[in-house]
Amino acid sequence: MDTIKTQQVTFKVFRFNEETDYLPYYNTYVLDVTHEEVVLDILNRIKWDHDGSLSYRRSCRHGICGVCAIKANGKGILACKTRLFDLVETFGNEITIEPLSTKRAIKDLIIDKKDFWDKHAQVKPYLVSDIEEHPEQEHLVSPHDAEKLLEADYCIQCGACHYSCPALAVNEEYIGPAAFAAAYRFSADVRDDASIERLHIVNEEAQGVWDCVKCMECAQVCPKEVNPIEKITKLHNMVFEAGIAKDNVATRHAVGFAHSIAKHGLLDEGELVRYSEGNIGVLKHVPVAMKMFAKGKIVLPWNMPKADKLDEIKKLIKSSSTVKF
Amino acid sequence: MEKLKYALFTGCTAKESTPEQMMSTLAVANKLGIELVELTEASCCGASHLQDYDDFLSLVLNARNIAYAEKHGLTMVTICNTCQLNTAMTKHRLDHNAELKTKVNEKLAEVGLEYKGTSQITHFLYAIIDDFGLDKIKEMVVKPLSQFNIAPFYGCHNIRPSELQNETHKNPENPYMPTSLDDLIIACGGVNVNYEEKNKCCGFHAELQAPRTAAVLTGNAVAGAMDANADWMVTPCPLCHLKLDTQTHHASVAIGREVSLPVLHMQQMVGLALGCTPDELGLKHHVTKVNFI
Repeated sequence: MDTIKTQQVTFKVFRFNEETDYLPYYNTYVLDVTHEEVVLDILNRIKWDHDGSLSYRRSCRHGICGVCAIKANGKGILACKTRLFDLVETFGNEITIEPLSTKRAIKDLIIDKKDFWDKHAQVKPYLVSDIEEHPEQEHLVSPHDAEKLLEADYCIQCGACHYSCPALAVNEEYIGPAAFAAAYRFSADVRDDASIERLHIVNEEAQGVWDCVKCMECAQVCPKEVNPIEKITKLHNMVFEAGIAKDNVATRHAVGFAHSIAKHGLLDEGELVRYSEGNIGVLKHVPVAMKMFAKGKIVLPWNMPKADKLDEIKKLIKSSSTVKF
Repeated sequence: MEKLKYALFTGCTAKESTPEQMMSTLAVANKLGIELVELTEASCCGASHLQDYDDFLSLVLNARNIAYAEKHGLTMVTICNTCQLNTAMTKHRLDHNAELKTKVNEKLAEVGLEYKGTSQITHFLYAIIDDFGLDKIKEMVVKPLSQFNIAPFYGCHNIRPSELQNETHKNPENPYMPTSLDDLIIACGGVNVNYEEKNKCCGFHAELQAPRTAAVLTGNAVAGAMDANADWMVTPCPLCHLKLDTQTHHASVAIGREVSLPVLHMQQMVGLALGCTPDELGLKHHVTKVNFI
């Protein structure tokens, strides 16, 4: 029989009661944990053995309901799926347990997820389709079409990516990775009729996919491997493919790379900014550009370096391009 | 030890807005006796934006770059986190999807090239740590940076997603607790500073589309390093460098607090410790003055 390994771990647990506390505080518990225990076991032990008032959400205990998502040392996790020993291996034996968003805490680890659900609702996260009430046969989806939805369909709406997204932390209008994954999930469904409508929603500046900072944290933190940023890239692609990309700084910034590479093989940094911002918009970058120029950080157009074998690159751009803007 | 040799994918900034990054890369490689064969045929990696417009085109161009490294029979070394991500991600996708690889190779065949998947892709930071070895760097330090508190700024695209880390590196690091740059600071004799933003985003990729978001993230990063008593920051990514070095005015306005710290490229830090001169390392090319040398 395997022996049970134990080690002592110090837990700093976030405590806050919206109704009685002015500021949050942390309680410390020192527990011996076994290699079999997950974070939810520890929360249960604290509640049952030490402080019955500790509040947190739990339900399925199987990593499928998503309600027990919290943060351990800043990392978004499902409490029921994350082994303590793995956390200790990463962070050492002092573990700080916090809600997904300390700003939105109601009681201890329980948060108000209204903003999360509002963003979801914004992208119409359901199939929009005229369905015959008495169909003669099943509406079949081919395995190939179904495969496109698989990863996005695994989302359990736990909020781990939503509350780890740095773009959302700054810009409240931003729809965010979880809702974008849902927008992709339904827009990529062959049975859906609202794809274009959804793409218009995610194509808006400030709220849409263009505000993604590309930090990859949503892909990293997701406990179900939904890979939201990949879906965000797909939404970008779908916006261009559907021909509804607006002519604005964000779209020109993406397209500008293709123009620049076709001309030099490399990116012409100065020209990309001019092309993206337009001749007037670019003026706001002049003060920084002058400072950079003084330090030898700006290559003038006539000195722009070119990649060797540029003809190959030009040829490939011609033959491999799949969209037009 | 056999002499280390890599195919160098410089990326675009090394040729344009961060000349000091190119200078310091070559200076450090020279000191360590690492041979770098520059891939002069390489195109821009698309910087995670071309793929938003045309994903397939970006795959073809990145596969072409890798094909040139394969022609040399060398591991490709990158000096930009975003080049690393886009190139390693292309390799990952082609190596795991035979149908996609065939499609890409059909295009590459038009210019007489083939992507085989034989070259590894690694960032210079990890080439130094994994292949050269921290202990050997430690032995070679002639000017230990012991008087400095140095804040490591890792840059997203080297550490996330960890799937690529695991495929690429001998000692994959945990994106929630990265250590490579801290270890390198210590090897150079410096004191590594711990702060919350060290593995967070600098905002670079949204600078034009979402200027306020980008500026706040830059501000938070520099403020975090300042509050941890850092004398300067160090990063392996030229894009993070551009953001942290040149955009502090916007960042200060965005977070309502004056923030500014000298920021060194990882190569410049190693170069200083190895005894390279400030001129060799291009320290005069910084917007935020490197005032401690």
